[in-house]
Amino acid sequence: MANDTNQFDVGYVAHLARLHLTETEKQKIASQLKDTLAYVAKLNELDVSKVEPTAHATPLANVLRKDEVRPSIDRATILKNAPEQARDLFIVPKIVE
Amino acid sequence: MSLHTLTIHQLREKLRRGAVSAREATQSLLDRILSVDSRLKAYLWLNAEDALAQADAIDRSGIARNGKLLGGVPIAIKDVINVEGQPCTCASKILKGHTSVYDAFVVQRLREAGAILLGRTNMDEFAMGSSTENSSWGITHNPWDLECIPGGSSGGSAAAVAADEAFAALGSDTGGSIRQPASLCGCVGFKPTYGRVSRYGLVAFASSLDQIGPFTKTVADGALMLRVLAGHDPQDSTSVPRPVPDYAKMFGDGVKGLRIGLPKEYFIDGMNREVEVATRAAIKKLQELGAEIVEISLPHTDYAVAVYYLIATAEASANLARFDGVRYGARVAGEDVIDMYGKTRGAGFGPEVKRRIILGTYALSAGYYDAYYVRAQKVRTLIRQDFENAFEKCDAIVTPTSPEVAFRIGEKTDDPLKMYLSDIFTISVNLAGICGVSLPCGFTNDPRLPIGLQILGKSFDEETVLRVAHAYEQATEWHKARPRL
Repeated sequence: MANDTNQFDVGYVAHLARLHLTETEKQKIASQLKDTLAYVAKLNELDVSKVEPTAHATPLANVLRKDEVRPSIDRATILKNAPEQARDLFIVPKIVE
Repeated sequence: MSLHTLTIHQLREKLRRGAVSAREATQSLLDRILSVDSRLKAYLWLNAEDALAQADAIDRSGIARNGKLLGGVPIAIKDVINVEGQPCTCASKILKGHTSVYDAFVVQRLREAGAILLGRTNMDEFAMGSSTENSSWGITHNPWDLECIPGGSSGGSAAAVAADEAFAALGSDTGGSIRQPASLCGCVGFKPTYGRVSRYGLVAFASSLDQIGPFTKTVADGALMLRVLAGHDPQDSTSVPRPVPDYAKMFGDGVKGLRIGLPKEYFIDGMNREVEVATRAAIKKLQELGAEIVEISLPHTDYAVAVYYLIATAEASANLARFDGVRYGARVAGEDVIDMYGKTRGAGFGPEVKRRIILGTYALSAGYYDAYYVRAQKVRTLIRQDFENAFEKCDAIVTPTSPEVAFRIGEKTDDPLKMYLSDIFTISVNLAGICGVSLPCGFTNDPRLPIGLQILGKSFDEETVLRVAHAYEQATEWHKARPRL
């Protein structure tokens, strides 16, 4: 496990998460997460080289169903909660030149 | 007559006989809420007119007088579960003004059973927290001491039931968010086995851990609620197709001959002394009732909080990516679309949600994925195996629900790690995917605050958990105590 928590760059991670943080927030989160990362480093005490990871606790695998058209919520209803919409579409800032 | 103090079973009996109407039951709760909720603030949203209209429809249809399990019973819903036409904000600014456009599977089930969907209860933002202090809409107060937190994240649901503001409420439990507030407010909170209750319509926090469950005044009411909520739903691919039993069927059998396991790792230094005394007294009571007490070991208990905070935050960082100002919620304009995402999320999420998104994103990021996320998943396997081994020696496990009772508002808000550790006894259950309940087992002396007993069972063995809980509850008086408000 990465023990070097000094490398923790909140600005970089915040960019990955598309999350704008103020300088004050960055400093506070960095110092609190340093404690949390030091705490989770205790997982290094265990030898897990022969252990399989658990992704979930369901006894199910590959739940399949027929690929068929079924009724769904209508477009007008869904668009009601959109911050901006027009002509039956979600409106977003321009993404291509 | 004060109908609001009744249990679901008591109310249903009166409704069936026609002694009271669904309207009267609903009105009595509305009156109760009006008289106490300005002090508790358990509810975020309530529409009296709408609730009474639902009740009138049920009275007209005769549903309350037939055999429907919840005919005419008003139920409160945590603000993270969708009810068509009602707001659903997850106590977050980013979903301010959001109205649900569909019913969660559990809500469809409640409607089919004749329940009235009364209102929305407060919670920690996106269910992240242990005190309900992370709500964007203000704090909920503990009905036993208004200076204390109700626990979390389903603090509003727990406080509402404990204060007779609801006959039952729905919550969600990712690391203890049903059991811990039930413990701190002195009511019954049940976390079903992962896959037992559909998550369709529950706003996702950590998808491999989340499970919906009920808050009730008694274990029998919890069993009744679970019977309504449980069952297969093809809309949730983790929903398990198993028959739903009558969970109260084995109540008559008591605990005679059952082996109850005591994990030695759950009696820790630094635990509230009165919590330990009450738990030991409860174990003695179960022994008197005929249970055999066996010592067991869950050797990886000490790693559970670390595993949880890596897995839950990793899953949350992915789940919460959908809140980007495009399809729902608030939007803050930016120079381009990436800037709009960042500003919307920066303005919409509160401090704890931001902290967890950062930790989760970091744990999943290139170069750290194996070191943090995969390692946590491997230790999760060890924790799951601990329970599998333990359940070879016992039929149920008994522990304190939380190492402490309700703490004072503001006491832990500046120390996230300390807050995380208050879930130390509930978190492993979600990692292993098993089921568990918290029920009242005593009070501290001064101040007088509720103490919770946790009973855990094997996957899909809700029946044994509820059977042990019911036997203990019926042999004690704790569940009859009510806060003075």
